[in-house]
Amino acid sequence: MTWVWSNADFILDKTLVHLQLTLPAIVLSLLIALPIGWAANRVVRLRGVVLTVAGLFYSVPSFALLVVLPTVLGYGVRSDTNLVVALTLYGLALMVRSVADGLDSVEPDVRQSATAVGYSGWQRFWRVEIPLAGPVLLAGLRVVAVSTISLATVGGIVGINGLGLLFTDGLQRDILEEIGAGIVMTIVLALLVDGALVLLGRALMPWSRGPSRAERRQGALVGAAA
Amino acid sequence: MNFFVEALAFITDPARLTGPDGIPVRLGEHLLYTVAAVALASLVAIPAGYLIGHTGKGRTIAVALTGGVRALPTVGVVFGLALLMGIGSTPPMIAFVVLAVPSVLAGAYSGFEAVDRATIDAARAMGMTESQIVRKVEVPLGLPLLIGGIRSATLQVVATATVAAVVGAGGLGTYIFRGLRSNDYVQMLAGSVLVIALAIVIEVVFATVQRLVVPAGVAAGRPTDSRAPALRSRTSERSLQEGTQS
Repeated sequence: MTWVWSNADFILDKTLVHLQLTLPAIVLSLLIALPIGWAANRVVRLRGVVLTVAGLFYSVPSFALLVVLPTVLGYGVRSDTNLVVALTLYGLALMVRSVADGLDSVEPDVRQSATAVGYSGWQRFWRVEIPLAGPVLLAGLRVVAVSTISLATVGGIVGINGLGLLFTDGLQRDILEEIGAGIVMTIVLALLVDGALVLLGRALMPWSRGPSRAERRQGALVGAAA
Repeated sequence: MNFFVEALAFITDPARLTGPDGIPVRLGEHLLYTVAAVALASLVAIPAGYLIGHTGKGRTIAVALTGGVRALPTVGVVFGLALLMGIGSTPPMIAFVVLAVPSVLAGAYSGFEAVDRATIDAARAMGMTESQIVRKVEVPLGLPLLIGGIRSATLQVVATATVAAVVGAGGLGTYIFRGLRSNDYVQMLAGSVLVIALAIVIEVVFATVQRLVVPAGVAAGRPTDSRAPALRSRTSERSLQEGTQS
C-alpha cells in the first residue's frame, strides 16, 4: 500500500487522463449511432446488414485493432486519436443495436398519432421517438460507458496514456500494488460514470424510473407468448 | 496500404510455416487456450446457470456477476496474475477461465429463463418429471442462448489470449507484441491480421451453429406478425449476450 500512497498524484493523473480519453468516445458512439440506428430501424434490409457488421466488428480483439487502424487511417499507433477512434468504433458497434431496438420499441400507433397531430418527421423523431426510446438508449449507453472505460486500458500495452499504463509499468517494474491500483481505479471510474448516466437519465426522463416490476413481468410474458 | 502487402508477405513466407515460432504453432497455442478455457468455464458455468435458470434462485448474484465483469480490465487481471504467479501459461489460463465464466453463465440461465412459463406448465401437466422438464424442454429451448453465451466467452478469450502474449503466454499475440517492442510494424500488423481473421471465423461459425440449434418446431412455428409486442423481453435477452470486449 505504501506504493499507492506515495504515488497518489500519479494514479489520480492517469485516472483523469483515462476519463478524458474515454468520455469523447462514449459521447461520439452515441451521436454516430443515432443516424445509423435510425436508418437500420427504417429500412428492414439494412437492419440485418448493420447488425451483422456491428457484431462482426465487435468480435475483433482490441489489441489487434489498435495496430490495424493506424495503418488504414494514417496516424501513430501510440497517439491518443488511435485509442479514441478504436473505442468509438467498439461503442458504436454496441450502440447501433440499442438505438435500433429502442426506436423499434416505439409503438407504431404512437408514431402515427404523432404524425396525425401534425409533427414533421424531424420533430417526431426528436420529440416522440427519442424520448420513448430513451430507457433502451440509456441502458445501451451504460453498457457502452462501462465497457469503454475498461477496454481503454488495452491502450496501455501500446503505450497510450491512461490507467492502462499502470498495468504495463507495474508489470515491468514488478509492482503488484500498481496493477491493483489500476484495476481498482478502472472499476471506480466505470461505476462513477455509470452512476452519472443513471442520474442524467432521471433528470432527462423523469417519467421513467424504469419499468415497474409488474410491468416487466407482464412484458416478459407477452414477449415469450409471442 | 503498402504495409498490408508486406504483412501478407510475412504471413505467407514459407519460413513461417514451421518451427516453434511458426504460424501453425502460434495458432495452435491460441486455439488450445481458447478451447481449454471455454471448456473449463462451461464445466462450471453451465450446470450452475441451469440451476439458477431452473430454480430462479441466485439470479441477483448471477446478474451482478455478469454486469460487474464488464468493468473489470482484462489486461490488469492477466498482468496481475502473471506477477503473482510468475511467467508461464497457468496464470493467463486462470484469467481466461475467470473471464469466460460470466458469459457462459448468463447464456445458460437466460436460456432457461426465456422459456415460456406456459410451456413448462404444460410439460408438467403432461406428467413430465422435473428432470424430464430440464432435459426435454428447457435445455433444447435454451440452447440458442447458451450457444450465444459460449460465443461471447470464446471471443473474449481469443481477445484476452492476444494480450496475454505480453506475459509470455505465446499465441498469435506474440507477433504483435514482438513487433511492438522492436518497432517492426510489418510483424505487428501481420499478427493483428491473423488474430482478426481467427476472431471473425469463430464468430461466423458460432452464428451458424446458433441458428442450427434452434429446435425444428420452434423455427417452424415462429410468428410472422411484425407487431407482436415481444420487444422488451427480446432486448433484455440480447443485452446479456453482448458480453465484453477486451
